[in-house]
Amino acid sequence: MAAPAETTQADQPSSGPEEPPRGGQATFEVWRGDEDDGEFETFEVETQPGMVVLDAMHEIQADQAPDLAVRWNCKAGKCGSCSAEVNGHPKLMCMTRLEDLEEGPIHVAPMKTFPVEKDLVCDVSWNYEQNEEIEPFDGRELETPAEKEKGEFRMQQEDLDRVQEFRKCIECYLCQDVCHVLRNHDKYDAFQGPRFMIRYAGVEMHPADDGDRVEEIWDEGGIGYCNITKCCTDVCPADIEITDNGIIPMKERVASEKFDPLAMLWQKVRGED
Amino acid sequence: MTEDLDNVTEHTVDVLVVGAGGAGLRAAIQSAEESAETAVVTKSLLGKAHTVMAEGGCAAALRNVDERDNWKVHFRDTVRGSKLLNDWRMAEYHAKEAPDRVRELEKWGATFDRNEEGWINQRPFGGHEYNRLAHVGDRTGLELIRTLQDKAVHTDDLDVFQETTVTKLFKDGGRIAGALAYDRDTGGLHLFQADAVILAGGGFGQCYKYTSNSWEYTGDGMALAYEAGAELMDMEFVQFHPTGMVWPPSVRGLLVTEGVRGEGGILRNSEGERFMFDYVPPIYEGEFAADEDEVLRWLDDDDDARRPPELLTRDVVAKAIHDENEAGRGSPHGGAFLDISWRDDEYIHKKLPSMVEQFEELAGVDITEEPMEVGPTMHYAMGGVRVDPETEMTNVPGLFAAGENAAGLHGANRLGGNSLSDLLVFGKRSGEHAATYVEELDDAPAIDHDEVETAIDELMAPLENDEGADPYDLHEELQEVMDEGVQMIREADNMEAAIDQLEDLWERARKLSVPGGTSYNPGWHRAVHVPNMILTSLAVARSALMREESRGAHVRTDFPEKDEEWGDVNIVIREEDGEMSLVTEPSPERPEKIQEIIDADPEEVSSEAYGAKEVMP
Repeated sequence: MAAPAETTQADQPSSGPEEPPRGGQATFEVWRGDEDDGEFETFEVETQPGMVVLDAMHEIQADQAPDLAVRWNCKAGKCGSCSAEVNGHPKLMCMTRLEDLEEGPIHVAPMKTFPVEKDLVCDVSWNYEQNEEIEPFDGRELETPAEKEKGEFRMQQEDLDRVQEFRKCIECYLCQDVCHVLRNHDKYDAFQGPRFMIRYAGVEMHPADDGDRVEEIWDEGGIGYCNITKCCTDVCPADIEITDNGIIPMKERVASEKFDPLAMLWQKVRGED
Repeated sequence: MTEDLDNVTEHTVDVLVVGAGGAGLRAAIQSAEESAETAVVTKSLLGKAHTVMAEGGCAAALRNVDERDNWKVHFRDTVRGSKLLNDWRMAEYHAKEAPDRVRELEKWGATFDRNEEGWINQRPFGGHEYNRLAHVGDRTGLELIRTLQDKAVHTDDLDVFQETTVTKLFKDGGRIAGALAYDRDTGGLHLFQADAVILAGGGFGQCYKYTSNSWEYTGDGMALAYEAGAELMDMEFVQFHPTGMVWPPSVRGLLVTEGVRGEGGILRNSEGERFMFDYVPPIYEGEFAADEDEVLRWLDDDDDARRPPELLTRDVVAKAIHDENEAGRGSPHGGAFLDISWRDDEYIHKKLPSMVEQFEELAGVDITEEPMEVGPTMHYAMGGVRVDPETEMTNVPGLFAAGENAAGLHGANRLGGNSLSDLLVFGKRSGEHAATYVEELDDAPAIDHDEVETAIDELMAPLENDEGADPYDLHEELQEVMDEGVQMIREADNMEAAIDQLEDLWERARKLSVPGGTSYNPGWHRAVHVPNMILTSLAVARSALMREESRGAHVRTDFPEKDEEWGDVNIVIREEDGEMSLVTEPSPERPEKIQEIIDADPEEVSSEAYGAKEVMP
């Protein structure tokens, strides 16, 4: 969970606190600018109980800076549009409550890993390009008479659980934002990033998928670049165990299928390439 | 196009789809698969459209959980849920085709939750006789949109224009000819020469302050259609979902899935009473559990037990919560208590994970331990663009509409789960028929150059006007007017006052002014949306004033009962001589065989003897 549980509130009625714990006003330092230039601009905002950072950005748009660029959609943590760095932490602005932040001015900046379009909005098109390159789901034929009559894959829930975890991804790209390989080393042409490792995992581990993406995960995906610091997992608002459940099992699969000498020999014997 | 428009990027396509939610993407995939060059424009990034917020599931009579189900029962439930006011032919296509659309998604990689036998699991929902909703926990919309998104980007002949807003449709001799759009990032202009346009722009929740809808829902599709000469229908029917969050203020309106009630959630008032037992309307008499004991047996899969009254249709539950508050038995913030905490913690985490997270993070409430506080929130537009039930084409040749943007399937009230199936069924149909329409055209329509220039001037005006109204102010005023005058519970005086205010807003919106430039400027974006929202709100308010009865989601204190004379007419809106004209038109007559299904007992419709698999006349 992104925010620590509020133990003090657990015993209170569902109506929640009547007074804003953070006080009546909050100071925001919001990054304004474009790809070439910019600076932090200070805004004072009147707070309300339960207010999230995105609410504050909307207040600023309505009263102080109508052209403040903010990308958002659902304001419910479901669409992954409003990613930003709040006090230096990659967050969904719609799920970050002011009362969970430390005292003092609240810094709001765009994601660092992607080029800024304007203010808090980044150009995330690189991610869409990666997705287009990944071999999509390649469903097997329906096999048994029962499957053919139903027109469905017969799959057990236990076998699907693992893939469903990866399918929770809301494409907020916060994992991409914190990944050292992208953020610090700019290896955009070598590593597709945690989001797309999870995309691979979601199709590769699907019980009804016939595709084989091992070569692709190594070559185009660049899974070897991941050194398992788990920063991606830490920031995932969908609580996906990106590293433990996705990347590590795929690294193991790549290692055993691609680099295991016995497997390589077996492939040669069977005439597989 | 000539040199005068050299700052405009031109595209020539067969089919232009406006909107990349479920309906738009399904339409675009179909159109492209029929070999039509297809472009889809979306105001957001791909995969972020409002469909992503759908939670509970997609209704389809797959018969995986309850073999008594079949398309006829689904059809019957949909028509009855619509308070007999929907288009029976759309309901028929919908019920018959939904199962195939769901199975098709599975073949494209969707991972629906399974039942014990390994088939797609189905959950119960309001107004559905049997367990019918294919689902993925409480994030079904995300699964739907991601599946369609991945399919679309790997489909040939399909181009996606992200963060692009359509502002005007053009015609040539009455036929659709294309559209003007601008790129929200850069402000760059795009002119689409398109022989057919499919509107899949969703609804208009942003006309109300408390809504479960995202910012995108500004009535664009309805306004574009109306201005292009198409007809709107059933605009008075606005669904208030009974369970939105009510506290804290910042999240008021946010959806709490009906899945909570499907999984056994109990509604109680401030006195602790389970009040829904007292609100079963005559049309559903005898179909719901009589007491808590029967509910428990139903949750234990006892086929003889009837559903809990919490699973009455949304119009009924929302009105009940309202009435409890009127009687002084509401929760502290004007809602009711919804309690799922009596169920096993692990079960709640598995079935309703995003509800657990939403309440924990945004309200500091642990729903596995304590009740949620919920109340009605504007959720869905049953009305929209009037279309032919089979082809989804409007009265304007070449202009199609699907999903929430279109009217017809849901009448006076939509059943939960029937929206995702609507998107898939009519998205596909519209894509197919748009491609056929283009194929059969003898000559390509052309866009009038002067009209494009006028449209560009209109689009740019707010950036150039020195003085003019602030779109943020107008939007806020609009929401106040609609909340005050055309909410869930309505009466003539309030609506008349609202219409006056809306007309005033409409005048003021003729001259808007915003600072900043064309690059990602939310003030300018809002200036584009505000007139669409006012126009749509006027259509809602005028229709609601005209319908002098209460039916489904339309509840009037001055006409509290259903009126038979209103029972078989729809209100249709069209532009005549620059004025909004409202007329009543008879609903399509139902053949006897169809009426029989609607009137029959569910068990009767379920039986093979009744011809569950028989093809309709």
